[in-house]
Amino acid sequence: MDYISNTPQERKQMLNKIGVENIEELFSAVPEEVRFNREFNLPSGISELELLDLVKEKADKNINLEEKTSFLGAGAYDHYIPSIVDHIVSRSEFYTAYTPYQAELSQGTLEAIYEYQSMIAELTGMDIANASMLDGGSALAEAVLMSARITRKNKVLVSKGVHPSYRKVTKTYTEPKSVNLKNVELNNSETDLETIKENLDDETAAVVIQYPNFYGTIEDLKEIGKLLEDKKALFIVAANPITLGMLEAPGEFGVDIVVGEGQSLGNTINYGGPYLGYMAIRDNRKHLRQLPGRLAGATEDKEGNKGFVLTLQTREQHIRREKAPSNICSNESLNALVSAIYMSTMGKKGIKEVGYQSTQKAHYFAEKIDNIDGFEVVNKNNFFHEFWVKSDLNIAKIKEELYKEDILAGVNLERFDEEEGLLICVTEKRKKEEMNEFVNKLEVLTDERTSH
Amino acid sequence: MKEPLIKDYNSEGRTGYTLPELDIPEKEVDDIINDDYLRNEAPDLPEVSEVDVVRHYTSLSEMNYGVDSGIYPLGSCTMKYNPKINEDIARLSKLTQLHPYQSEQDVQGSLDILFNLKDYLAEISGMDNVTLQPASGAHGELTGLLIIRKYFEDKNEDRKKVIVPDSAHGTNPASAVMAGFDVVEIESNEEGMVDVNILKEEVDDNTAALMLTNPNTLGIFEKDISQIADIVHEAGGLLYYDGANMNAVLGYARPGDMDFDVMHFNLHKTFSTPHGGGGPGSGPVGVKEFLEPFLPTPVLKENEGEFYWDRDRPKSIGKIHAFHGNYGVMIRAFSYIRSLGKEGLKKTTENAVLNANYMKTKLRDDFELPYDESSLHEFVLSGSKQKEKGASTENIAKRLLDYGQYAPTIYFPLVVKEALMIEPTETENLDTLNRFINTMGKIAEEVENNPEIVKNAPHNTVVRKLDEAQAARHPDLKW
Repeated sequence: MDYISNTPQERKQMLNKIGVENIEELFSAVPEEVRFNREFNLPSGISELELLDLVKEKADKNINLEEKTSFLGAGAYDHYIPSIVDHIVSRSEFYTAYTPYQAELSQGTLEAIYEYQSMIAELTGMDIANASMLDGGSALAEAVLMSARITRKNKVLVSKGVHPSYRKVTKTYTEPKSVNLKNVELNNSETDLETIKENLDDETAAVVIQYPNFYGTIEDLKEIGKLLEDKKALFIVAANPITLGMLEAPGEFGVDIVVGEGQSLGNTINYGGPYLGYMAIRDNRKHLRQLPGRLAGATEDKEGNKGFVLTLQTREQHIRREKAPSNICSNESLNALVSAIYMSTMGKKGIKEVGYQSTQKAHYFAEKIDNIDGFEVVNKNNFFHEFWVKSDLNIAKIKEELYKEDILAGVNLERFDEEEGLLICVTEKRKKEEMNEFVNKLEVLTDERTSH
Repeated sequence: MKEPLIKDYNSEGRTGYTLPELDIPEKEVDDIINDDYLRNEAPDLPEVSEVDVVRHYTSLSEMNYGVDSGIYPLGSCTMKYNPKINEDIARLSKLTQLHPYQSEQDVQGSLDILFNLKDYLAEISGMDNVTLQPASGAHGELTGLLIIRKYFEDKNEDRKKVIVPDSAHGTNPASAVMAGFDVVEIESNEEGMVDVNILKEEVDDNTAALMLTNPNTLGIFEKDISQIADIVHEAGGLLYYDGANMNAVLGYARPGDMDFDVMHFNLHKTFSTPHGGGGPGSGPVGVKEFLEPFLPTPVLKENEGEFYWDRDRPKSIGKIHAFHGNYGVMIRAFSYIRSLGKEGLKKTTENAVLNANYMKTKLRDDFELPYDESSLHEFVLSGSKQKEKGASTENIAKRLLDYGQYAPTIYFPLVVKEALMIEPTETENLDTLNRFINTMGKIAEEVENNPEIVKNAPHNTVVRKLDEAQAARHPDLKW
């Protein structure tokens, strides 16, 4: 199946018009020495039916979240996605469109992005949000680069409570710019404020905190904000937006740049992508000039009708080229649309309810686990919907045993090479019986050990 | 504004979601969350019903134009048809309901698909290995350039210069700067190609790379490519291939055979995945064998039919995406390549080139063709003739919208005044091409006889021409 509609006769007709004998002649400018003179070593084309069979056969080798009860989080969250999200985003006027450069024929995309920007600004308590970044990791990396440009400093204090992968991406992005990333250790599961105090000086471009942090802990943004009050350094917060229906907005704590992963707002878990990064700032001209990414803005047509365009494009690479604050071009527009639909659907009440249910359930669950001998919830009582469990038992073994009961027990922190334990996430999708079953199994494992 | 904002549907207390009742004993909220961190005021998100949301966004979609609406001749963007079956496949729950931190055993099927996609891309491009991690073309460029940077660092060579032709995409110089290089732009020659003499002068032992799009943004194949490659390689530099225009060469030429060392693909261009109104894309990077150690971590590998992520990559540039990149886009690209197969891919390029050349032949009488060279999948006209009559290229573009067709890329490449960059792609049929050609002819005629109608375009769209200057002067970026 090749999706080409011109018939051989039509092609002949076109070649005649061009004035060439055959299609090969059109490639005469490709020098012989670089010509590809064999067939691709690839399979032949197949029909839709064959393709479906082939992919399904491969896909059947997967074990997916519908077959297991998942307590995995760590930056990718399994929240319920209302049915209407996929219906709307499947409208091909949205998904087959390009970047809305011709605004008058792209009002749908532009208005939706404007709404997305508005709702992100509202959730984060900031003034301006861009039209999306590539993912949470790159959004943080770009925020750090932005802080270095704005302050003309290059030391950045990054809490170890920030997702280890975001820190890795940030390292990759900032290395060429000689940004000096300095880790701030955790005190238990919370960023150590003393370390920030000791290291924060006039050379500091930014302090980076995650909220709630990678281990689920709700960081003390208020105190950190105070530390930064009379400093030049910017305050960057990476926040999971779905928590912000319940948690106080980062904007309330003097934060300069809020970034994060927007996946939790209605995007399918999809093995890690496509997701969307978001970025929000204050209404500050200096900061706005350094903001990467596209922006949709409202304006008027010549008859005074309100409409939307991509604006402040003079910051962007297609105009500023090597002087642009970022190279970002394609973003995650369709995911931003998904998030706009999700935020509209859940609305003022629903966004809070999702957070409320998730956190209530997580606390119910954590308390039960903490009560089992040999298990400890590191965050104690300070976390949102994700918590860090340490155990005398081997974590890999726990995961393995629970997997046999069709439970994905959480993320083994070993994979990040920094801490030990299990990172457990509870969304509104998890049921009481599922958590109780998990607890029962842990009790059995503990008993088995004691009886040995 | 034809359709009000979703917030304008608000009615206090109205909701559009359902969730099950909480099935566990509730605690007082301030017992579980410190008061300082409980939101004082609920975020002012919409209070609307499900029907409101559906109607609102349906109405917005009706104000949008996609490939499914008609021709989308944006040069360098390859707006081809996005096959529906690929959308179905990318939504199979066996493929989507996967957490990125599930064990490799749980995701063997998906890894199998990704591994095959990597292999296919390597064969199509003549590169030795491919990473799928970059999430867009520009992200791929950054990745590729960081690989180049790391390579020289590893060799203890301090090379700072990246050369780009003046016809290059804006992302090229922007990515080079992000990767820590200095950019030197070189002027194209009269034929719109890299001027080998200028290049020779510019290439030196400080040159890390030359970034090239081939065919270039004028649609012209750089016929001196072998000589260009030699000049750069002899000076110890590397060659970067911007894969934006790969739709022009499938089955006819491969970047690897042209001696490129690093390249990125745009799955959302060449391999038919939808652009989504600006993203998601996917920008895999291909490298020659000597650059493999520097690929982003982790690297997907296979051992006796088992697929796994290799994280032991001491020389890697590190991570460029928090997870594995835009997986959903990769699934679609895999499906596309399998559907077309080896024959279909070549036929794709042939028809893309045929369509573009047909349009060029038919349009060159009405519009100036500044570079009259043999071109492949796209070509660039100039609206200079029309500009003299008072109608700019932008006016022409807006007038096209009146006729229900999308406009070409305009004012790019920068080497052409009043540029109209046209790429019809292979999936447009002769009737659609003729309709566009006739419309362009009609507009050229209007410019002669009734330029005001063109200058004041668009007339028939949901809004008239929007004031971009006002939008920039008084930014209104949220409600």
